[in-house]
Amino acid sequence: MSATFTKAMARNIFYGGTVFFILLFLALTFHTTRQIPQRVPNETPSPEVARGKVLWETRNCIGCHTLLGEGAYFAPELGNVYKRRGGEFIKIWIKAQPTKVPGRRQMPQFHFTDEQLDDLVAFLKWTSEINTENWPPNIQG
Amino acid sequence: MTHLQYKSQAVAKPYFIAAIALFVGQVLFGLILGLQYVIGDFLFPAIPFNVARMVHTNLLIVWLLFGFMGAAYYLVPEETETELHSPLLAHVLFWVFLIAGALTVVGYLAVPYATLAEMTGNDLLETMGREFLEQPLPTKLGIVVVALAFLYNIGMTILKGRKTAISMILLMGLVGLAVLFLFAFYNPSNLVKDKYFWWWVVHLWVEGVWELIMAAILGFVLLRITGVDREVIEKWLYVIITLALVTGIIGTGHHYYWIGAPGYWQWWGGIFSALEPLPFFAMTVFCFNMVNRRRRQHPNKAATLWALGTGVMAFLGAGVWGFLHTLAPINYYTHGTQITAAHGHLAFYGAYVMVVLTIISYAMPMLRGREVNPERAQVLEMWSFWLMTVSMVFIALFLTAAGILQAWLQRIIPNPQAFMSVQDQLVLFYWMRWIAGVVFFIGLAVYLYSFFAKDKPETVQTGEVQPAAT
Repeated sequence: MSATFTKAMARNIFYGGTVFFILLFLALTFHTTRQIPQRVPNETPSPEVARGKVLWETRNCIGCHTLLGEGAYFAPELGNVYKRRGGEFIKIWIKAQPTKVPGRRQMPQFHFTDEQLDDLVAFLKWTSEINTENWPPNIQG
Repeated sequence: MTHLQYKSQAVAKPYFIAAIALFVGQVLFGLILGLQYVIGDFLFPAIPFNVARMVHTNLLIVWLLFGFMGAAYYLVPEETETELHSPLLAHVLFWVFLIAGALTVVGYLAVPYATLAEMTGNDLLETMGREFLEQPLPTKLGIVVVALAFLYNIGMTILKGRKTAISMILLMGLVGLAVLFLFAFYNPSNLVKDKYFWWWVVHLWVEGVWELIMAAILGFVLLRITGVDREVIEKWLYVIITLALVTGIIGTGHHYYWIGAPGYWQWWGGIFSALEPLPFFAMTVFCFNMVNRRRRQHPNKAATLWALGTGVMAFLGAGVWGFLHTLAPINYYTHGTQITAAHGHLAFYGAYVMVVLTIISYAMPMLRGREVNPERAQVLEMWSFWLMTVSMVFIALFLTAAGILQAWLQRIIPNPQAFMSVQDQLVLFYWMRWIAGVVFFIGLAVYLYSFFAKDKPETVQTGEVQPAAT
């Protein structure tokens, strides 16, 4: 790099640029958080949905599945599973695990109560109604 | 005899040893995961996939943090020209962090995750069960305490000593790392908000402040190895980190395309993250430029190789493989496929694994009381460099192939197929990935062995005649 471009200049550009883009990011974030209520089914999820999310988290579902494309890539996308399979199928499926088919990927048995299964389905239904800009491309996730 | 300029630099040694030990654990669990991709019920129900993955990713994060902390303890005294504020605190924190990390992994493996959550008070503040932030609440709090005490120690040292750009950039990176981790405690029941701010930890770490830490470490090693003027090196560092943050902060938007955030993020995220290869490209040019302009021939050839390798592989893994799928119209089809996994592996290895191995390669001989390793140890270390690096490239290539096929069959063709039936068709690529993983592990074994390799007695000195065997 040329000698007329000094370290002090580089440092000043760093501080100036960083501060500018942090502020821009905060502004966009502010706007986004204002927009989110219009992009989800209801801004404050119902108690069932909230409980379902905790079940989702404390069973570490994200360790195998993706949710809106984020997570592990070992098991199917579940952001749209409510639309793909429906609530009843989801409950039956979870209750039937593990399949114990030799050599197949296995999902643990979580011993959920009926109420917990309802909560989980409520969470997955809520998630399936988020405005995701039409992602995933099709129902297979 | 000691080769350390400052006595207190010695605290870095246990950090580097722990980093390498946990690295071995990470790779072993990676091999388990790779097998589970092809033999679905392998080790089930003893170690389900999600548990192995948690161990794999959490060990990665923890050992890189050990590496960063060791790097800081090693380079800050030299940069500030003063002893570390409190070597004792550094020792205490080492054990706190190691024990907390070990207990967490034992917790993952020993009890079901839901039980672990119950035992550790997750209902007080629900933070668990989000990718990479799976740690129980006490562990998360422990990370904060360790980070604060560590920053205090490093900050006090810098405060009383010389303030170089390298140490200031490192400090900014470390402060950013600690501050952004606080978002791990924010977990609203609104999934969109949860995801939005989750990225403030994950993205702003690896495509933000960690790049500062990486640049500082790389700058320090190149300064020492090449003897190039500090002014030149530090000017480069500022250019690199400017590019990193100018592109990387708004570049967070490439994670906001499909998670419920407004559509304009496809433009903001796309444009800025398309520029994210620039800081990594600058790093590549920087590494080669400095080595070409070197004023001395440093005898640690292995460290030079690691430094150059970091420059190349970070650009390839983080830059090129990131760019491949960062534009929204492409990401629409590749989001959450094996393409993402390919990028994740190559980027983490090329940028952060390699930069930590660079500083270990440079510092460890001196921490062990010698200027450089014996010739044979260096040759073995360079073998391990090539074995690990080439096999990681192949891991990424096989996963990329799998990912292209996956996107095609599941998302593009007229009659898209279900997830599992697509997975069944990718088995060949998963097997090849696993074999590449085994080669990686062999490379890692060679790496470990290189620490204990000595020159053969007959090759130590200039070609003397071997005594006849009688």
